[in-house]
Amino acid sequence: MAEIDRDKLLDIYTRTMKVNRTDEKFRELLMGGKVAVMYYCVRGQELVSAAAMAALEKDDYVVCTYRGQGEQTAKGIPMEKWWGECLGKATGTCKGKGGTMHITDPETGIMVTTGVVGSGLPIANGLAMASQNNGDGRVTLVSFGDGAANIGGFHEAMNMAQLYKLPVIFLCQNNRYGEHTAYADHTDSPNIAARAAGYGMPGVTVDGNDVHQIYPAVKEAVDRARRGEGPTLVEAMCYRMMGHFFGADFSYMPPEHIAEMKAEDPLPKLRKVMLEHQFTEEQLDAIVADIDAQINAAVEHALAAPLPDVGEIYKDVLEETA
Amino acid sequence: MAQITMTQALNLAIDEAMAEDPGVFCLGEDVSAKQGGGVFKVTSGLTEKYGEHRIRATPISETAIIGAAVGAALAGQRPIAEIMLMNFVGVCMDQIVNHAAKLRFMSGGQTPCPMVIRTTTGVGVGFGGQHSDMLEAWFAHVAGIHVVTPSNPADARGLMRASIDANDPVIFIENILCYGLKAEDPGPGYRVPLGKAAIAREGSDISIITYGRTVLDALAVADDLAKEGISVEVVDLRTIAPYDEATVLASVRKTGRALTLHEAVRPFGTGAELAANIQEKCWDSLKGPVRRIGGTFSAVPFASHLEQAWIPTKPQIVEQIKASLGKL
Ligand SMILES: Cc1ncc(C[n+]2csc(CCOP(=O)(O)OP(=O)(O)O)c2C)c(N)n1
Ligand SMILES: [Mg+2]
Repeated sequence: MAEIDRDKLLDIYTRTMKVNRTDEKFRELLMGGKVAVMYYCVRGQELVSAAAMAALEKDDYVVCTYRGQGEQTAKGIPMEKWWGECLGKATGTCKGKGGTMHITDPETGIMVTTGVVGSGLPIANGLAMASQNNGDGRVTLVSFGDGAANIGGFHEAMNMAQLYKLPVIFLCQNNRYGEHTAYADHTDSPNIAARAAGYGMPGVTVDGNDVHQIYPAVKEAVDRARRGEGPTLVEAMCYRMMGHFFGADFSYMPPEHIAEMKAEDPLPKLRKVMLEHQFTEEQLDAIVADIDAQINAAVEHALAAPLPDVGEIYKDVLEETA
Repeated sequence: MAQITMTQALNLAIDEAMAEDPGVFCLGEDVSAKQGGGVFKVTSGLTEKYGEHRIRATPISETAIIGAAVGAALAGQRPIAEIMLMNFVGVCMDQIVNHAAKLRFMSGGQTPCPMVIRTTTGVGVGFGGQHSDMLEAWFAHVAGIHVVTPSNPADARGLMRASIDANDPVIFIENILCYGLKAEDPGPGYRVPLGKAAIAREGSDISIITYGRTVLDALAVADDLAKEGISVEVVDLRTIAPYDEATVLASVRKTGRALTLHEAVRPFGTGAELAANIQEKCWDSLKGPVRRIGGTFSAVPFASHLEQAWIPTKPQIVEQIKASLGKL
């Protein structure tokens, strides 16, 4: 088991709780009818996103999906802008024109959030290709689901990335479901990571609920990419503890699966690790309280923010209309 | 100035853009020196100058090619991606339509996508149903992309430079039958602005609005009809979308008659949009309905005589013009 130093653990814990508290807050707002937008819950996957973002540098690029809240907030998008976008406000990252499925914030490296399954991988290659071309030393991490591993773009991108030794990290968040379809009903191979071998690329499957597995695996992939040794496929096993999107039915999940995922919840596990590393309950609670305060302020700001001007529908179509 | 072919014109434009800006690079199947510089040789000689990182030969992976171009463009580079033949765009439509075209808008202007997608096609080479289609209307129907096609070497050079300069995605359609056309080289740095049509020939009786290879047919017909005292104006759109509405409307207001002409199939083609817009905006100047000519509404056939029957022909153009003028 690779050791992680205390500073990094604290960093990962803080990012994890930011993701988790953001998710909780979003669900609370939706439940209370305060907002009505599409939101893809990340409950159960917080640690994967947080650990992955903690393995990157500030300048590194990220491409994520509609279920990208974890990457977005853990990478550091300012909360006011993030909430502004999710609520369709003029103050959002994209002036309210992207929304929950298309959060973009180049300042923090969130380059694309795609709503099309598997489309992020080929684009991540291009960001990495630019870094390879201009030698800026950045790496690109692209996050996607287990379902995305079955679309053509995944295979094209993996092959191309390995061919050119692009500085990319392919992070498959295997939450065992693609919408309502369980892993075993969409894929007959035992895991996704083994596919990497077919492209001559290293691939690893790790427990995404164990900080001592997920962080070192992504960090090693990041280091390899930065050394110019090419891409890695990291498959993080995790659970989607809610329906596909907020409010979606998940009665199709068998009770055994629900019991299993509750037992594997990454949050109590991470808290235990933190306590083992001499962080105190008070310290950890204070971190969460601070995050909650920040989130509450950001939500208030976003709720009060102006709507985008209607004229925005004609803007940003082409440069001429900017 | 020297005479150049359309192939050379494109090569020169790409070459000078690459020399000026290290962020310009090409990617596509068979494009590098090892494969002979592209199936139609447009990137010939460039690997030797700029290396394999900037003339990247790719696997046969259209989605990965366009995706890579999108990503590189987001990172500030200016990729020129080649899709060997236009029909293969079907493989990568998601990257073009949902990503390249929309990322500027969906990001609120933060992530423009400056990239050129070069592709080639054309009826009349015997390539059959899956290698010949003109699919410009597919892209003209999507906000956020320029659709460009040159009809001659000088425009090819100028439009390519302008396309590489553009800060948005450009679909650049090359017609296989036009690669060998020769004309005077407009010289280094020459640019034809996007969105500007050319009056390829002035006339007063009818305006033919066309682009690409069919400009040549329109000009030939105009020559023939001049002998009969019919004066045909030929508008070469050069940029199909968003097109130069002002030039088109001014031409039609002047002549009072319009005929749209393209190789692509007629139903729901760009001619339909042009005709509708002309009728809306030039109604008072029109002396008759706008006429449309396009390819036959079937797959492009293989046998040469079928292919020639499929494609718009000069006699058809003459017939439509005369019908419009009441001279049949
Ligand atoms: C190309 C495409 N097909 C279908 C959909 C509809 N869809 C949205 S999410 C999803 C499931 C994706 O599953 P997975 O990749 O495992 O990601 P997860 O939602 O579990 O994070 C589907 C089918 C889509 N967005 N894009
Ligand atoms: Mg999944």
